[in-house]
Amino acid sequence: MSNLLNVNGLSAAYGDIQALWDVSLEVNEGEIVALIGPNGAGKTTLMRSIAGLHRPLLSGEVTFGGTALQSLPAYRIAEQGIILVPEGRKLFDGLTVLENLEIGAYTRRAREKRAQTLQRVFDLFPILTERKDKRANTLSGGQQQMLAFGRALMGLPSLLMLDEPSLGLAPIIVENIFETMKLTNEQGVTIFLVEQNARRALELAHRAFILEQGRVAGTGTGEALLRNDAVRKAYMGYAPSEARIT
Amino acid sequence: MSLESFAQTLLFGLFVGGIYGIAAVGLSLVFGVLKMLNIAHGELLMLGGYVSFWVFNVLGMDPFASLLIVIPVLFLIGLALDRVVYRHVVRLVGEEKIKNSLLVSFGLTLVIQNLARWGFTPDERTIQVSYAGAGLNLLGVTLPYTRLGGLAIALVVTVLLHFFLHRTYPGKAILATAENWESAELAGINIHRVYMLTFALGASLAAIAGTMVITTYGISPSVGILWTLKALIIVVLAGTGSILGAFPAGLLLGVVEALSGAFIGQTYREVIGLVMFLLVLILRPQGLFTRH
Repeated sequence: MSNLLNVNGLSAAYGDIQALWDVSLEVNEGEIVALIGPNGAGKTTLMRSIAGLHRPLLSGEVTFGGTALQSLPAYRIAEQGIILVPEGRKLFDGLTVLENLEIGAYTRRAREKRAQTLQRVFDLFPILTERKDKRANTLSGGQQQMLAFGRALMGLPSLLMLDEPSLGLAPIIVENIFETMKLTNEQGVTIFLVEQNARRALELAHRAFILEQGRVAGTGTGEALLRNDAVRKAYMGYAPSEARIT
Repeated sequence: MSLESFAQTLLFGLFVGGIYGIAAVGLSLVFGVLKMLNIAHGELLMLGGYVSFWVFNVLGMDPFASLLIVIPVLFLIGLALDRVVYRHVVRLVGEEKIKNSLLVSFGLTLVIQNLARWGFTPDERTIQVSYAGAGLNLLGVTLPYTRLGGLAIALVVTVLLHFFLHRTYPGKAILATAENWESAELAGINIHRVYMLTFALGASLAAIAGTMVITTYGISPSVGILWTLKALIIVVLAGTGSILGAFPAGLLLGVVEALSGAFIGQTYREVIGLVMFLLVLILRPQGLFTRH
């Protein structure tokens, strides 16, 4: 497995407040990597820093397949094949479902294969086919998340980053989104995922990183972290098994 | 009032409304995408009128044909203004952006106005084409060619703009940036190029309006701010989220002004327009043509 994304000693600040401290992590090709941690730990800032929306960075470097990203603007990073589904979906509300998807395939690379990718997205989310001429803001929350996912796929990502894709969605939709992530990964897309549903994320992910107060506080395989009592206690609401009254 | 003169008034309202509409669509486009009010929009209209005037006088070119020169010239001026001035304002956020964009564009208004006064003299200029008095006579209603041509161009330009925005990649990039600039960047759109293109398009639309103004009314260095205000009223009437909705709103204001001028008195024509503006603000504050 080769190293696809490399974050090395990254520090970033929001105004006067430093949000990321010397963060290093790597995502290998073909993996699903999850990033978990409490609210305000800097997960979203890390995602936005990698995607180029958070600039400037204080220090550190981000490389993707050997290309340095830390000083590139967001649109150039998208051209490299890193596509972020932002927190809260951020659709083009007043445009139709189809227009949203078409704009997802804006880069030259994605444009050439637009018709095929569109068919793939419609196969993946049949509900979007039915609603393709409806404006994005008339969709339900679950459909909007599917559209955000589909729009990202239209950009032909080699690394798909998702920031809280299950936030505020009904359990059945969450299941659908996780299934789609798995399927997408099996089709060869590397996935880097921020998720507040730590249990579900660790079940899906090959590896995970824990981010606390802007620092990497732990890492391991998804399975190992699932069994780790400290992780269970902090992020899954369980008491350690030995402390449980039987 | 006879039916003929009613129809005549209505049509003249539409003719004026076409100019209002095209001027407002330019302002609305820039506002919707760059999220800042360009007070100097009327100055761009004024410059467009002058370019048309000089092309007519020096090259002897018909004002409608002169659009082939006027539009590119103002497009380039728009590109330059974005590079030199607006690019720095557009990056700001929140209150800082609002304040700075108003200050900068108001400053630019003064600069362009005074340059025009110095270069073109304060005199009002107008173009008298050879067919100025001629027109179509339809059932007792006169339709001057200059006005008819202006309205036709305004309509065609609005339809073309609609297709450009919805059917081409650069157009979709503009719409996407207007909706959510962060998501636009994440899709691979260079939003600073979108801003530049949008501003240049806004200037081109102002130029078309300016050409129509100089063939029917007249242009002097001080008319800019009046047109900015008129366009602003129309943008708010249409709803600030509706870029092309500014065109029908412009037609509506033109007709309302013309009818109230005829029925109530010329002194009150603008007053009634403003009353309508207030009513819309009270009853439908999201604007007439927004879908949200």
